[in-house]
Amino acid sequence: MLIFEHSKVGLHKKNDAQLTAIPASMRRGESAALPEVSELQAVRHYTRLSTKNFSIDTHFYPLGSCTMKYNPRVANSIALMPEFAARHPLAPEKFSQGFLSCMYELQEMLCEVTGMKGFSLAPMAGAQGEFAGIAMIRAYHDANGDHERREILVPDAAHGTNPATATMCGYTVKEIPTLADGDVNIEALAAAIGPQTAGLMLTNPSTLGVFERQIQKIAKMIHEAGGLLYYDGANLNAILGKIRPGDMGFDVIHSNLHKTFATPHGGGGPGSGAIGVSERLIPFMPIAGVIKDKESFRWANKSDYAHSIGHLSAFFGNPGVLIRAYVYMRLLGREGMTRVSEFSTLNANYMMAEMKKAGFEAAIPDRFASHEFIITLKKQAKELHVTAMDFAKRLLDLGYHAPTTYFPLLVPECLLIEPTETESKEDLDGFIKAMVQIQQEAENDTQLVTTAPHTMPVKRLDEVRAARQLDLSWTVTQTTG
Amino acid sequence: MPFIPHTENEINTMLESIGVKQIDDLFGEVPKALRAGELSNIPVGLSEMQMTQLMTERGAQDGRPLCFIGAGAYDHYVPAAVWQITTRGEFYTAYTPYQAEASQGTLQLIYEFQSMMTTLTGMDVSNASVYDGASSLAEAVLMSVRANRKSKSKRILVPRNVNPTYRSATHTLVKGQNIELVDIDYDKETGGISLDSLKAFEGEDFAAVVIQQPNFFGSLEDVDAITDWAHANNALVIGVVNPLAMSILKPAGLWGGAGADIACGDGQPLGAPLSSGGPYYGIMCCKKALVRQMPGRIVGRTVDEEGKEGFVLTLQAREQHIRRSKATSNICTNQGLVVTASTIHMSILGAAGLENAASQSHLNTASLVEKMCAIDGVEKMFDSVSFHETVIKLNKPAKAVVDAMTEANIIAGFDLSEAYPELGDAILVCATEQRTTKEIDQYVSALTKALGEV
Amino acid sequence: MSTIPEEMRYTSSHEWVKLNDDGTVSVGITEHAQELLGDIVFVETPEIDTEFTAGEACCVVESVKAASDIYMPISGEVVDTNGELTDTPDIINSSPYDDGWIFKIKPANEDELEGLMDAQAYEDSIEE
Repeated sequence: MLIFEHSKVGLHKKNDAQLTAIPASMRRGESAALPEVSELQAVRHYTRLSTKNFSIDTHFYPLGSCTMKYNPRVANSIALMPEFAARHPLAPEKFSQGFLSCMYELQEMLCEVTGMKGFSLAPMAGAQGEFAGIAMIRAYHDANGDHERREILVPDAAHGTNPATATMCGYTVKEIPTLADGDVNIEALAAAIGPQTAGLMLTNPSTLGVFERQIQKIAKMIHEAGGLLYYDGANLNAILGKIRPGDMGFDVIHSNLHKTFATPHGGGGPGSGAIGVSERLIPFMPIAGVIKDKESFRWANKSDYAHSIGHLSAFFGNPGVLIRAYVYMRLLGREGMTRVSEFSTLNANYMMAEMKKAGFEAAIPDRFASHEFIITLKKQAKELHVTAMDFAKRLLDLGYHAPTTYFPLLVPECLLIEPTETESKEDLDGFIKAMVQIQQEAENDTQLVTTAPHTMPVKRLDEVRAARQLDLSWTVTQTTG
Repeated sequence: MPFIPHTENEINTMLESIGVKQIDDLFGEVPKALRAGELSNIPVGLSEMQMTQLMTERGAQDGRPLCFIGAGAYDHYVPAAVWQITTRGEFYTAYTPYQAEASQGTLQLIYEFQSMMTTLTGMDVSNASVYDGASSLAEAVLMSVRANRKSKSKRILVPRNVNPTYRSATHTLVKGQNIELVDIDYDKETGGISLDSLKAFEGEDFAAVVIQQPNFFGSLEDVDAITDWAHANNALVIGVVNPLAMSILKPAGLWGGAGADIACGDGQPLGAPLSSGGPYYGIMCCKKALVRQMPGRIVGRTVDEEGKEGFVLTLQAREQHIRRSKATSNICTNQGLVVTASTIHMSILGAAGLENAASQSHLNTASLVEKMCAIDGVEKMFDSVSFHETVIKLNKPAKAVVDAMTEANIIAGFDLSEAYPELGDAILVCATEQRTTKEIDQYVSALTKALGEV
Repeated sequence: MSTIPEEMRYTSSHEWVKLNDDGTVSVGITEHAQELLGDIVFVETPEIDTEFTAGEACCVVESVKAASDIYMPISGEVVDTNGELTDTPDIINSSPYDDGWIFKIKPANEDELEGLMDAQAYEDSIEE
């Protein structure tokens, strides 16, 4: 039932406010058709709705490439302390030293853990970080009078945001093929590089769940051709504290704080895509950053970044997310950071080893996994007509959120599995046991799997109908089933 | 304290299963030269208690000044239930609802959110939100260029009284696609956009006209006339709206004869704490004919195999994970958590609650302005009708006055001198429904004192 | 694989092209293409009177899981579009070669048709 269907006309009272200063022609005739419910009705409705969700707090959520790790509760209580939650974004610096000092230290810690020389916290999501990064690459070439560089190279295994971002920045995209072992095809890369190359976007470890072993060579090739190297930090959790993008030769990186630094995904956001840069890109950083002058802190302005690409948001990105990430990093400390990558890698490799032993086919079986790995169910799809999607849906019945399905696009019928470091061995074992059970069901009772889920609030939904007969909002005249 | 639940025994069993001796062996494929040393610039870890103590100190440094500033972020009351429900783990720690069957809570909530935004703005459809008000304007601009088939132009007319940071961020976000934002000046008397200033563009080709209601100076625009003018010139209309104001003002979908084509703006006034500037969310609503040009996530209602009502992400083929370099935008986030709060906020307040907050903010600001203008050397800058912000002209340097008022623990307003140097010493003030008569009087006496001292 | 009509010409991007008696040319997508896309949910047809050169993306066919550009097989000006697709885009699934035509053009140069594949060549190309 929708909240609107609980509504009773006349429940709420309006004040008799005098709005005579506003001409009637500018005012609203009829009130907005929002629900009229009691506070208890609203609380109960949304509490009940919440129970229809899977979440990290309720279920193992091994969603590849999304880093669904525990989100420490204390980060939330601190972010909601009135001194932070009620702080106006344009408050004078006198009322801002505590907040600014946290942001400054966050910048510094991010520089240290990624090996970059400057960090901007402004981007509001990974995709906006990517945008900022590529816009800086473009601004850099423009400032050098280098206008012929019109092309961004992207491996075919990359996240869909990479090519979409390059297009937004006015670049054309050239895809570089990946070898069967997961590394970039160096010969194809060499053939693609030229005077038109503005840069390369790379995720390392890649979306295929392996470390790009030729990274130093790739960096050299791009730099020698005058291009810049962009690091997509989606998989930073795999190398945190152990290997730094700056040391690999990257010129600009974004870090998804909502992945690596455990801020909540919130059902689809907010995120934060903080970006780090090498020395030569500092003048191009977006507004705003935090600068330390002697013992006090202030906002950066245009004179701090001579060629700034400008504002990305109305204020300063998503500080509520940044505060949570700051708290998480301070709790971890320097030794904790390294343990993140060690244990996320241990968990992934253990799961891959056990699943191989249980008869599942790994997409790249002979290499170590990063913090995630890929299982391909192409054999099951061909022989049993049970697809990766079917396995995913059946997992829900067994109490596990599905891994990422059908990504990366290069591997047929794939599940991209990322357990993260915060899951215990029991939970990993439970997931593997569930996969083995589904395999047996697929062999003996195929329909049970292909019609799953059976225990969720709804069964499989008609997406074709949703797209053909668009029903995107409730209106008063509507009757519902 | 990295929240890792492994015992030594378990670690050994796991390593044995993999067939390596120690965890470090798993990084064996990484070239030696790339291995990081100690991260000496990162402090050692703190306990939760130490961290809480540290942040209590940091918070105390900033204090709780009285807020008389808006300029895009407004200090409205949010019922306690809103964030208590929002931060339930099931909402707080869920991912994007790609597995629809395991995400009906989030999906239904977004459907309800979309329904609330359409009724509030008077538009046909809403998406599940974008990042914030500035990015919603940028996305609306991109969308209007894609959608306006009558125009071949990539020019957009943007009044100078649209939020200056929105304009600057939009420029950053769209310039890569060679879109040109053309400034339109505001009327010096009213601060608003007059048809006279638009006349210069009569008959030219441009894709859209942007109107902010209320504009950045807090005053109400003649949205009907501007909308009709734009449509007569084959341009789309992008309304940048304050959603709380929409509860008492004519909604964007009803502007002029045909209504605005796209409504965007910042959802912050509907349940998001100020939180230093975010996370908020960007509103994105449009006419039905434009729905396939709309970026971001959209939830649709459908049925399951047994005919039972359910909700799914729909129109996904437009999005980056499928369209890649041909996507309508690279955006892949909606501000889900803030949208959750906002939906609960609107449910608890209802239309009447929003209207009460809006009207009281309007009246409080009017009262503040009246009392301020009774001071010598203080006057209204524009002859216009305000919603809940007003530009005040001072006879002393604005920056110095704002600084002096911090002594009284007051944020006096937004100093306009950098964004609008032509206005001289002017500040933009705002008193939301939360400001009491006593606080307003406190402000006025602090201002009187500051003007005397500066 | 159902039979591929002999009287049409084909592109490697799975459009079909048919020369009509009135000299216009109809364009649609092949049986193979609709199978790859799955249930079609929306078709954005090109604007009438617009001119395109061969190979230019001119409209989009959308299914639940994919949005696919349609490329202009030969140069010409759009003279008609299939209005039925607005409400019933699924006719591309049920009748790709007939009811599911997408648009008609007035070709700039009919000879360009000769550069396209015939039924046999197209069949060979999709079997590879």
